[in-house]
Amino acid sequence: MLTKRIVPCLDIKNGRCVKGVQFENIRDAGDPVQLAKWYAEQGADELVFLDITATNEERKTFAELVRDIARHIDIPFTVGGGIGAVADVEVLLMAGADKVSINSAAIRNPQLVEDLAKRFGSQCVTVAVDTKFTEAIGWKVYARAGTVETEHATVDWSQRVTDLGAGEILLTSMNNDGTKAGFALDITGAVSNAVSVPVVASGGAGTMQHFADVFHQANADAALAASLFHFRELEIPVLKQFLKGQDVDVRI
Amino acid sequence: MNLVIVDYKAGNVQSVMFALERLGINGTLSSDFETIKAADKVIFPGVGEASSAMAQLKARNLDKLLPTLEQPFFGVCLGMQLLCQHSEEGDTDLLGIIPLQVMRFQTELKVPHMGWNQLHHLQTPLFEGLKEEEFVYYVHSYYVPLSEHTIAQTSYPEPFSAALQYKNFYAAQFHPEKSGPAGSQILKNFLAL
Repeated sequence: MLTKRIVPCLDIKNGRCVKGVQFENIRDAGDPVQLAKWYAEQGADELVFLDITATNEERKTFAELVRDIARHIDIPFTVGGGIGAVADVEVLLMAGADKVSINSAAIRNPQLVEDLAKRFGSQCVTVAVDTKFTEAIGWKVYARAGTVETEHATVDWSQRVTDLGAGEILLTSMNNDGTKAGFALDITGAVSNAVSVPVVASGGAGTMQHFADVFHQANADAALAASLFHFRELEIPVLKQFLKGQDVDVRI
Repeated sequence: MNLVIVDYKAGNVQSVMFALERLGINGTLSSDFETIKAADKVIFPGVGEASSAMAQLKARNLDKLLPTLEQPFFGVCLGMQLLCQHSEEGDTDLLGIIPLQVMRFQTELKVPHMGWNQLHHLQTPLFEGLKEEEFVYYVHSYYVPLSEHTIAQTSYPEPFSAALQYKNFYAAQFHPEKSGPAGSQILKNFLAL
């Protein structure tokens, strides 16, 4: 059967892996290629590399690093950060990335999602949706690394980008990110049930039970975490054994 | 060994080249008729959309060449689908090497079928050394139904062709270049054919 994916995320700044807590207070957590190889050996199902400075500082993405990663690991990986045009994506896919993740650019120009799907196929187009809940306006989508509120309601936006050709949604709850209090089960479930494509849940993982919950209760297809894995607070083989014991289908 | 990887600007060419490099093999990337014809073995990668890929092949006259090849040939993912007769994706006529149809998944499950799934009913030397229920990586929205040419199956939720063999043409719907040690073994097995 198709298994639920465990996805470590490596935030990249200047070629090094870092992790922001609530997108701030960045810490250095090592060499991306070495970490990637280690995660592949540990049983990670996929990896995500986000060039976290790219959006804010308008930096171009990191094709050389992508090439280096592709050369060394034999599991799939997604790259994102600062992608604004079809040409950016072509460079990254040709360097060996399997999927690209676009975020602010899709909000600026939704047509980009359709253009990418037509040119490269939906299977390599992940739309990253950063979302935040407030009592006043509910779950809204945020752009530019979570700094700019948009007009889009989260479920509507997820459906729209899926209709345009997104092959996967990477949903990050800014309320939960960095809290280690668990994934945002309600919005993850709402998005997963509203779209026909796989949904990767992100933000808030702190315990093994949180992963079981997001798979069982929110119908997530994959779950992403960063610092939890980077600082070895949770080892992937232990997590997968736990999930198997909880009747979650995982690759062991 | 003279291994040629067909170059028609498919998205996963670099990944396939790197996977071969990890096995110590340097393949030649080429769209040249004579170079491909002279190869000992040919790998035909592919991701993306069927009609665009066919247009890329036609632009290089590869739609005429590929069906005439007689050496061991390995189509990967879209490279497998393109070997068939027709795809529902863009209502596209394909290379017509293997007399099979490519269909879109009609299921309540998520599409694309994305992630690690298991192989069953393994046949042929392509799967030498692999165990039943081995995990491989998939990402696709279209599939080839089971047929007499099926040499491995995967279920989503119904069984479909995970791999095909027709004469010298082998093909896999999954991505051996992204399927960890199991995928490397499959590539090695192809190179040993």
